[in-house]
Amino acid sequence: MKSLQRILAIFLKEIRQLRRDRLTFGMIVGIPVIQLLMFGYAINMDVRHIPAGVADMSSTAASREAVMDLAQSQVIDIVEQASDAQQLELLMREGKISVGIYVPSDYDRLSQQTGRSAIQLMVDGSDTVVQGAVAKMVLPGRTSPYNDRPPGTETRIYYNPERRSPVNTVPGLIGVILTMTMIMFTAVAIVRERERGNLELLITTPVRSSELMLAKVLPYVVIGLIQVSLVLLLGHLLFEVPLRGTLFDVFAVSLLFIVANLALGLVISTLVHTQFQAMQLTFFILLPSILLSGFMFPFDGMPRPAQMIAEILPMTHFMRLIRGVVLRGATLPELSFEVLVLVGFIVVAMALAILRFNKRLD
Amino acid sequence: MRQTCLRAFHCKPIFQRNNSFVTAITDSKLAIRARGLSKEFGHVVAVNALDLDVPRARIYGFLGPNGSGKSTTIRMLCGLLTPTRGDISVLGYSIPKEAEALRRQVGYMTQMFSLYDDLTVTENLNFMANIYTMSRAERKLHIPAAIERYELGRLLNQRASALSGGQKQRLALAASTLHQPELLFLDEPTSAVDPENRRAFWEILFDLVAEGTTILVSTHYMDEAERCHSLAILDLGVLVASGSPAELSDNIEALVVVVESPQPRKVSKFLDQQDFVHSTAQIGNTLRVMLAPDLHNPAEMTQKVIDEAGLPISSSKKVRPSLEDVFVAATQARKAQRNLET
Repeated sequence: MKSLQRILAIFLKEIRQLRRDRLTFGMIVGIPVIQLLMFGYAINMDVRHIPAGVADMSSTAASREAVMDLAQSQVIDIVEQASDAQQLELLMREGKISVGIYVPSDYDRLSQQTGRSAIQLMVDGSDTVVQGAVAKMVLPGRTSPYNDRPPGTETRIYYNPERRSPVNTVPGLIGVILTMTMIMFTAVAIVRERERGNLELLITTPVRSSELMLAKVLPYVVIGLIQVSLVLLLGHLLFEVPLRGTLFDVFAVSLLFIVANLALGLVISTLVHTQFQAMQLTFFILLPSILLSGFMFPFDGMPRPAQMIAEILPMTHFMRLIRGVVLRGATLPELSFEVLVLVGFIVVAMALAILRFNKRLD
Repeated sequence: MRQTCLRAFHCKPIFQRNNSFVTAITDSKLAIRARGLSKEFGHVVAVNALDLDVPRARIYGFLGPNGSGKSTTIRMLCGLLTPTRGDISVLGYSIPKEAEALRRQVGYMTQMFSLYDDLTVTENLNFMANIYTMSRAERKLHIPAAIERYELGRLLNQRASALSGGQKQRLALAASTLHQPELLFLDEPTSAVDPENRRAFWEILFDLVAEGTTILVSTHYMDEAERCHSLAILDLGVLVASGSPAELSDNIEALVVVVESPQPRKVSKFLDQQDFVHSTAQIGNTLRVMLAPDLHNPAEMTQKVIDEAGLPISSSKKVRPSLEDVFVAATQARKAQRNLET
């Protein structure tokens, strides 16, 4: 009962301070919205409208139709017409085009033969994303009156058939935003009390360190859940990100991840002395979280050491959980391993934080 | 440590008096009792074998320069730091073992203002009341009383950041006494306060003592130290003298002569080179000269020496040593001893 009174006092004080700290309050809403718009609109991994040039040497009805077919995929935009292969190469060197389409003069004859390629695509390989996009464009075999080869491979894409990036990015973005704000807010909240001398006063009072930690962390749990809702809602409204799992599961895995990050923030707060150091350490964790968790680059493509580092980061596990629940409609029992990993992480980090905080008094 | 003491003072009697005092009364008359208290940070000895007896319902002062171990000692006494060696008993609790139980009965005012700048006066007081888990009835009784005593009535809805130094200090004292502690630790409470507010602050402290509170205050201001019932002078973690301000002045092992001269700088430099002179300090056009204690006619002798050196001197007069003289003598004797050792 007494413990409750103290926790409530600190909790309410924290909320009151948050309300008065305009900057932090703005960040709670600002960071999710700005990042959502940024990642949703600007950072688009499925490339469209790559500038292309055409050198059509045969200039027949069939060759023009073949070129039109390629353009219709919307992956490329034909912006230049060239007179020969040399001019295409020049345009590419100048950076005016990233793809050159060279149609040889004997196109009609070549296209009738099996096993020979009729059109030559010149791709600017300096950007691997462009390279990949163009490769995908021609990969599904096409049949036409002029090319009766059977399709070599047929690809079927599940869950995101339109291959829209936001569908993949938005759920992952929840992880990035929570990692950034939750670790930073808690670490800073405790370190600020130490910097301003509040902690020296608090530790002479009957407040227990576990009560203090719990009460300082609770407001951020609420804030974290607000951020999750905001990102999901905006993602749904702006980018039509589906929610295939249940809302309960989404909030359950988010809550786990929030607590994991808060615990990590508490550990950081016991390691540093200034708010600036707390920020630095937050970014030290944020960067690998973004790069290695599978948010930006596929986990499976990473070398073994990188994967091992990624497995330590809570965000890697959250990424699997949230994508599973939001995009694949997976249920928690189906993802129980990842859930257990996060729970383990929380227990270890929390124990570490309380243990280290006790020592800090000396 | 005692050796140092004997060199500088007639402080042996003080110790004897204190010791007999301690054995004569039971521990319950003492708010704080510490024996052989030491704290080392790595190789640095912050506090060295300190013995302390603080009687109840008194103001006990720690006087010492920065880095003398005042704050470290206070932190050990309230269980914030674990002593490297030594025994502490505070209000009958063994510290640091029973520090948690002690916390309800002590108030602590830190050197730096440590309430919340972005909360109002009322919010800060309510917060502290809840932290000490005061009941609704207790809050209703003590918070308005504190507001009245510490003259915070007009400031209730102001944020702490907008308060002046004196107002902040009154708020801090109000907050640390809300739960009616038996013992109050004040760590350099008046560093950021003007003399007028400092006076008012001490008036309140004496009110609290009259109600039975024991106060332990650290300071480096002589005028504050003069007000304490008893004092401990600390230098580099060692207790160099203790007793009431009057006792300390009476027992100083040095004589003090005030010399007036039209050329005080020259006289001061000359005196500093004399063997019988411990130290000189210039105050306006006069010099305060501390001399070896075994001189018979210190004033005449000083005048004669200065005259013989051909330096101008208007007057020379023996005076009663002040607390500052005690402080200087104590720290200088330690310095001299350290120089001998190295």
